[in-house]
Amino acid sequence: MKPTDIGAPEYFHKVVDCQWACPAHTPVPEYIRLIAQGRYSDAYMVNWESNVFPGILGRTCDRPCEPACRRGRVEENQGEKPEPVAICRLKRVAADYKDDIRARLPRPAAKKNGKRVACVGAGPASLTVARDLAPLGYHVTVFDADPRAGGMIRTQIPRFRLPESVIDEEVGYILDLGVDFRPNHRVESLKDLLGQGYDAVFVGSGAPRGRDLELPGRAEAARHVHVGIEWLASVSFGHVTQVGRRVIVLGGGNTAMDCCRTARRLGGEDVKVIVRSGFEEMKASPWEKEDAMHEGIPILNFLVPLAFTHEDGRLTGMRFQKVKAVRDGRGRRSLVPTGEPDPHFECDEVLVAVGQENAFPWIERDAGLDFDEHGMPVLDAVTLQSTAPGVFFGGDAALGPKNIIWAVAHGHEAAISIDRYCHGEDVSVRPPPLTTLVSQKMGIHEWIYDNQIVPDARNRVPLKELTIALKDLRQEVELGFDPELAWKEAQRCLNCDVQTVFAPRLCIECDACVDICPMDCITFTADGEEAEVRARLSAPARDLSQDLYVGAGLATGRIMAKDEDVCLHCGLCAERCPTGAWDMKKFYLEMAHAGPGCRAGAAPREERAGAPA
Amino acid sequence: MTYLAKPKLHHPELPVNALGFTRRDYEGTISTLCAGCGHDSISAAIIQACWELAIQPHRVAKLSGIGCSSKTPTYFLDKSHGFNSVHGRMPSVLTGANLANRDLIYLGVSGDGDSASIGLGQFAHSMRRGVNMTYIVENNGVYGLTKGQFSATADRGSKSKRGALNTDEGIDLAILALQLGASFVARSFSGDKAQLVPLIKGALNHPGAAFLDVISPCVAFNNHEGSTRSYDYVRHHNEAVNFLDVITGKEELTAQYGPGSVQEVRSHDGSLLRLRKISEDYDSSSRIAAMSYVQSRYAHGEIVTGLLYVEPEAGDLHESLGTTARPLNELGEKELCPGQAALEKFNAGLR
Ligand SMILES: Cc1cc2nc3c(=O)[nH]c(=O)nc-3n(C[C@H](O)[C@H](O)[C@H](O)COP(=O)(O)OP(=O)(O)OC[C@H]3O[C@@H](n4cnc5c(N)ncnc54)[C@H](O)[C@@H]3O)c2cc1C
Ligand SMILES: Cc1ncc(C[n+]2csc(CCOP(=O)(O)OP(=O)(O)O)c2C)c(N)n1
Ligand code: SF4
Ligand code: SF4
Ligand code: SF4
Ligand SMILES: [Mg+2]
Repeated sequence: MKPTDIGAPEYFHKVVDCQWACPAHTPVPEYIRLIAQGRYSDAYMVNWESNVFPGILGRTCDRPCEPACRRGRVEENQGEKPEPVAICRLKRVAADYKDDIRARLPRPAAKKNGKRVACVGAGPASLTVARDLAPLGYHVTVFDADPRAGGMIRTQIPRFRLPESVIDEEVGYILDLGVDFRPNHRVESLKDLLGQGYDAVFVGSGAPRGRDLELPGRAEAARHVHVGIEWLASVSFGHVTQVGRRVIVLGGGNTAMDCCRTARRLGGEDVKVIVRSGFEEMKASPWEKEDAMHEGIPILNFLVPLAFTHEDGRLTGMRFQKVKAVRDGRGRRSLVPTGEPDPHFECDEVLVAVGQENAFPWIERDAGLDFDEHGMPVLDAVTLQSTAPGVFFGGDAALGPKNIIWAVAHGHEAAISIDRYCHGEDVSVRPPPLTTLVSQKMGIHEWIYDNQIVPDARNRVPLKELTIALKDLRQEVELGFDPELAWKEAQRCLNCDVQTVFAPRLCIECDACVDICPMDCITFTADGEEAEVRARLSAPARDLSQDLYVGAGLATGRIMAKDEDVCLHCGLCAERCPTGAWDMKKFYLEMAHAGPGCRAGAAPREERAGAPA
Repeated sequence: MTYLAKPKLHHPELPVNALGFTRRDYEGTISTLCAGCGHDSISAAIIQACWELAIQPHRVAKLSGIGCSSKTPTYFLDKSHGFNSVHGRMPSVLTGANLANRDLIYLGVSGDGDSASIGLGQFAHSMRRGVNMTYIVENNGVYGLTKGQFSATADRGSKSKRGALNTDEGIDLAILALQLGASFVARSFSGDKAQLVPLIKGALNHPGAAFLDVISPCVAFNNHEGSTRSYDYVRHHNEAVNFLDVITGKEELTAQYGPGSVQEVRSHDGSLLRLRKISEDYDSSSRIAAMSYVQSRYAHGEIVTGLLYVEPEAGDLHESLGTTARPLNELGEKELCPGQAALEKFNAGLR
């Protein structure tokens, strides 16, 4: 096998599973350690630099990092239910307990650079672009049809999950950078906008259209049937303040979960969610489902809606067909009727939350950019540049409805593209991330990081008592970890960024590391083809998404093969190595952000401002 | 030394043996030996062997003397019985324990100083009596614990870390064991678990005195140029004569070997030792041939490793003494106080 090139930034980045999975590549273990040390402001800033909205995301993020977290893998088959570190809720701790960090934020540019950028929509994608570009001297104008900035963070996510004050604070940090925000300003024509002489345009207008359900009775019952995201926006703006006693929510995504929980708080006593397919196949995150059920909302599955029933122009209920899932010869799943009588559920109101679509009514089809057959803009997936060179997309507008953290990641990439574009540079040339690799050795068996592995199961976030929580739409349900619980949860993090780094020329092949490793990660063995080597290691390395770290040049001609999959980063291999052939080194990776460093003629990597060691 | 406890977490796919134990269940507390010490590898090999044999940990008695090697029983089988005895006196404590309770598995762990210097007499007598045990010497050529003086097994002409030459002749404990009648004699290297683990399994299954001389580099005091117990020296001068497979119970015998290259030895308990020969003309059923081969290769600077000699139908001390088949702690009043008539008869025999 080829010896591993640990100089390639991806190699160790992949080992930090959470950071690799985070669309914005937040240095997760770094901020978790800072939280454990009580350095909340520092933890907040590490987050803020990567993901812009730590307080918001610490309550609402879709958390792609958590299913990726190593802790979930290493706890498998050891008694307890395997669970990842509560990465997301630890982020909230940084936001909740930080000091006033305003002095640490960038200042509005003292000198403008004369370039003007227009952002359509004031959701997280546009706000990220504004945050990255405004301090560089760009004049950034952000238009939104709504009166306040935040996009769907403000209009869709219910207040019991995300208090308005948190939105105001974090959106405020960005608007305070000298961003020119134009509320209540719907952009009606891209051509018009392009005609106003902007150097670049960023489209962050989201995926604003909720899908409807055209079924018999829909028109007749119209007064009591609502499209979920429109209804949630009306609730958010205070136009809707109550709901019928019996409510059916159709759909199995996160919007459906927000609809049903909101309905419970507006007077809905008998609220149920009804989904076509199975409970397991629902799109909503497991924790959103749990939260809904905890509030007394049943989820009924395998029911296909057939019709709205009504009487004298009043909705009386809905009829469904019972189905079951069957697999055909090729293993494809389909839903077929069970043949049982069609059940009818009485209700006073229906909320339709069956999906969201993009719509660009304000972009003329002859504005100079191409759309594909699905009505989506044709984009370069990395640069987010459209076929009109000065027009860039990001967030839900770019790839269809996703989530906040993807919108942020897009915002950063688009900002780099716009910055290079405005300086006449090739946008397809991308700046590498900034990386450092620093030994954590302090003494013979002392490390800068805490290498003790705790056996604890995941800590639960305390909740507000249900009777109080359900009374008021604005009562935040989750209380968040207190510092003590946060410390406990932080101890579960395995410090996956503290890497095992192997120096073959120092190794005397004494096997001490092999013997001590609690997870059987390390093997000294004859070289071979990867597939075959994987099968004959101390423990078979079956997870192909995890790399083998290969070191060559040993006296016996064997190779050192380390399966990264379930390494605890406990450092025992390095503690037991007599020659220092293993060292524990902290790998820090910070994604490039727009600025002079990302342009041609930038100083070589090492000379740029260093990351915290 | 490492201050942390080894995390209890283990590989999610770590297999269990017939008793439902993982290998980790056979571990002890974390080692306090120098990082890289060969002795730790031997502990790992003992753990592996006991796990593979699905030995019930509470049926094992670990006995040792004094030295870094003799400390190691703390680092494996923490659910077993243990006795850390006096320097060089492990063999007599083991012999006594064995006589009292023949039902336990006796594992003696010692060092070259413990067994070849201060304890040579004890070593010799336990071998010639044929105590049913596995006797492992972790042989590093020095007194590790007392900072690296030459031990009695150090080769003549080898150099100490400070440059002094060893002028005394070294004792080869494997040759001594052969000569003194041990019925299972092997030599191995801590750095070669593929060879070592089956040898430990074979020794544990063996019904008589089994002796294992395991070369085990002392990284702190005997791993330099000029040493004949360093990792490098042993790797370059290791002449393995065979590889052992220990086949217990009803395992399928599937592997294929060329004619003449395999020697099979069946023990009375039905288990099978299969020797894959590396050296064509080596015969491990002859005590005399073994001694002469090992010594002639030694004269050429080679260290012969592998199963040097085995006598499958070996007897042990209990057999020669005709002791009771039951452990003493299981004997009741009836057996222990057989009555006046039995005493009369016994006394009559002494007249
Ligand atoms: C009910 C619901 C709950 C959600 N919960 C979560 C959650 O918990 N976690 C999560 O990560 N994601 C959640 N999402 C998804 C998340 O809100 C979006 O993915 C994210 O806000 C997309 O950001 P964006 O910047 O692309 O656009 P948006 O946030 O959609 O913002 C677009 C903005 O553009 C404005 N706009 C559109 N067209 C124009 C125009 N022509 N002129 C001017 N302004 C215009 C809109 O008014 C809007 O303010 C949820 C979505 C919904 C519907
Ligand atoms: C009666 C007695 N004499 C001397 C000592 C000092 N002593 C302790 S360990 C040791 C030598 C141990 O050497 P070895 O058995 O080879 O063990 P190693 O440390 O090399 O593994 C000596 C001489 C002692 N503890 N007791
Ligand atoms: S840090 Fe070293 S000893 Fe610990 S689990 Fe990883 S490879 Fe094994
Ligand atoms: S402990 Fe160190 S010297 Fe020994 S095998 Fe491992 S890496 Fe090599
Ligand atoms: S002194 Fe030598 S024998 Fe003792 S623990 Fe250290 S390396 Fe091992
Ligand atoms: Mg010694």
